[in-house]
Amino acid sequence: MKTLSIVRSASALRIVASVVFAVVAGTASSAIAPSTPAPDFSLHAMSGPNMRLQDQRGRVVMVNFWATWCAPCRQEMPQLNRLYQKYRSSGFVLLGVNVDDDPSKAAEVATKLGVTFPVLLDADKRVSKLYDLNTMPSTVLIDRDGKVRYVHRGYLAGYEDNYEKQIRELLK
Amino acid sequence: MTILRALACAALLGATLLAGCSVPKLEPWVKPYERERLADPIMKLSRDSLPDKHFEHVRDVREGARGATGVQGGGCGCN
Amino acid sequence: MAATRAAIGLWHRLLALLGSLLGVLAPGVSRAVDLPGDKAEALLHSYIGGGVNAYGPAVLVRKSIMDKVSLSGTYYMDAVSNASIDVVTTASKYNETRHEFGLSADYVYRDAQITLGAMTSHEPDYVANTGNIDVTQEVFGGMTTVAFGFTKASDKVGKKNSPEFSDHAHHWQYRFGLTQILTSRWLASLNFDALSDDGYLGSPYRSARVFGAFVPERNPRTRSSRAGKVKLVGDLGSFGSINFGYRYYTDTWDIKAHTAEAGWSRYFGEAWLADIFARYYTQTHANFYSDNAMTETVYVSRNRQLSTFNDIGLGGRLSYNVRRVPGRYDVKLIGTYEYTRYKFKDFTDVRTGELYGYGANLFQVYLSATY
Repeated sequence: MKTLSIVRSASALRIVASVVFAVVAGTASSAIAPSTPAPDFSLHAMSGPNMRLQDQRGRVVMVNFWATWCAPCRQEMPQLNRLYQKYRSSGFVLLGVNVDDDPSKAAEVATKLGVTFPVLLDADKRVSKLYDLNTMPSTVLIDRDGKVRYVHRGYLAGYEDNYEKQIRELLK
Repeated sequence: MTILRALACAALLGATLLAGCSVPKLEPWVKPYERERLADPIMKLSRDSLPDKHFEHVRDVREGARGATGVQGGGCGCN
Repeated sequence: MAATRAAIGLWHRLLALLGSLLGVLAPGVSRAVDLPGDKAEALLHSYIGGGVNAYGPAVLVRKSIMDKVSLSGTYYMDAVSNASIDVVTTASKYNETRHEFGLSADYVYRDAQITLGAMTSHEPDYVANTGNIDVTQEVFGGMTTVAFGFTKASDKVGKKNSPEFSDHAHHWQYRFGLTQILTSRWLASLNFDALSDDGYLGSPYRSARVFGAFVPERNPRTRSSRAGKVKLVGDLGSFGSINFGYRYYTDTWDIKAHTAEAGWSRYFGEAWLADIFARYYTQTHANFYSDNAMTETVYVSRNRQLSTFNDIGLGGRLSYNVRRVPGRYDVKLIGTYEYTRYKFKDFTDVRTGELYGYGANLFQVYLSATY
C-alpha cells in the first residue's frame, strides 16, 4: 500500500517533468549567424571616448559580452587579455562589452583583473539586444570585412585554445 | 496525495492541449544580461549550507513534518 | 523484501527518466553550469529550550579537483544535555554526544550537475547511514532549474544498558525541485518530497500513557509522507530582498502540517548584510497519539512531536564581510539568533496537569571563506 502510493506519486512527478520538458523543448533560435554582416554599434568606452565597430574594418574583431556578476566571464578575461596582447600588433582588436547596470563596478573589476583591451559600457543593454545575447558570456569573432565568422556561447576552460586557432585563421 | 493527483491531472490536461495545437515557441523572457539582480547572493534560495543544516536538524527533531525544505541530503532520522 | 524490490524498481524508473531528461537536452545545448566554488566553513551552533541544551561545532571543506569534480567533507557534532520534559518526568537527565561525518562529490556534465553523497551519524544508541544522489539540470535558457534527488538511510537502533534491544529503521526520500525565474527581480521555487519509513520508528525510552498508567509506546512500523513547498524571492532594489515560503505536509499517521515563512534581507554599506525572518508552524496530531489514552489501541504514543501544536519563531542574522576580493576570495562572519515559542494543544506537563509550552533560543556563529 505504501509502495503503491509512492509509485503513483513518482508517476505523477514524471508527468509533471515531461510537461515541463515539452514546453522547454523548443528553445531560443540563433540570432547572429556566421557569414552575416555584424550589426554596427557605437558605445562609450571605460577610458572615455566612443568606439564604433565600423571603425575597426580591416582588423579582426572579437566582441566579448561580459558582466561583473558572471563567474565564467571573470574566468575568461585573463585569457582574452593574453590573446589581445599577443595579436594586437597583427591587426587584432578585442572589444569587451560590459552589461552591468552600474558601469563603475565594471571599471573596478576590469582594473582588478588587469584588463588592457577596451571595455565598452552597454548599461542600457542596447547592443546586447541588437546581438540577441542569449548566453553569458558570449564571444563573436568578426573578420576584416565586417562579417560574423564564429559565435561562442558560454565559457569552459579550454575555449581560449579555440579562440586562438580562429584568430590566427582570420588574421591570415 | 490529493495535491499531487490534482497536479498530475492538470499536467496531463496541459500536455494534451499542447500536443493538439501548434504552440508558438516559448522564448526565455528574462535574457541572461538582465539577470544581474538575480545573481546577487541576497537572492539565493539557500545561502549557507551548514547553518541551514542546523536549522533543518533542530526542526526535524521537534516537529512532525519533514522534507521539501530544499536542504539536500536528508536528515539522519535519529531520535 | 517486497518493499525494497518495489523501491529499487521505482529507482530504476527514476534513473530512466533522468537519462531521457539529459538526452533530450544534450544535443546543441547552450552553456555549462559551474562547479560549486571552493570553500571552508566553520559553525558553532547552540540550541537551548525545553530543558534540552544541544551545542557543538560543525565544519565543511570543499575543493574542486582538476576543474572536473568538486569534493566536500563535513563534520557535525551535537553534544546534548537532555533534561526535557519526557526525560525528567519518566527518567533522569542524561548527556550524549552525536558525531556526524559526510562526504560528497559534485560532477558537472554540460548543463547538469550530479551530486553523490554519503553520511554517517553516530550516537551511543543510534547509528544512521545515508546515501544520496541529486541531479540538477538547467533548462529553458537557464530560466528553469530542475532537480531530482533520492536519499536512502539505514539506521541501527539500540538502547543504553540493554544490549538485548536491537532494531533497524530504513528511510527513503524522493525529491523533486523546480526553480523558475519569473522576472528580472523575482524567483520562485517548488519542492515536492515523498518520504517512506520502515522499521522501528519510535524511541525505546519513551512512554505512552494509557488509563493514567505509563506503558512503553507502540508505533506503527511504516510511515509514508508527502510534502510540497512553494517559495518566492524578490528583489526590492536598494531595500534588499524579501522571501515568502509555504509548505504543506501530510502523512499516513494522519499528521497534517502547515509551515509559513517570511524573511527580509538588506545590505548596509559595503560589508554588512542583515536578515530578519519569521516562521509559523502548526500540525495536527497523529491518529494514534494521545496525552492519556482512554481506549486500548494497537498503536499508542505520547510523543509530543506527534501531538497537536504550533510554534512561532522570530530571528535575525548579521553578516560581516571581513575580506573581499571579487573573483578571488570572500570571508564572512555571521551571527544568528532565533527565538521559538512552542505551544501544545493536547500534550500536558504531568507535573502540573497544564498544557505544555516552552521557549527555545537558538544561536549560531559562522565563518565562511570562499576562494
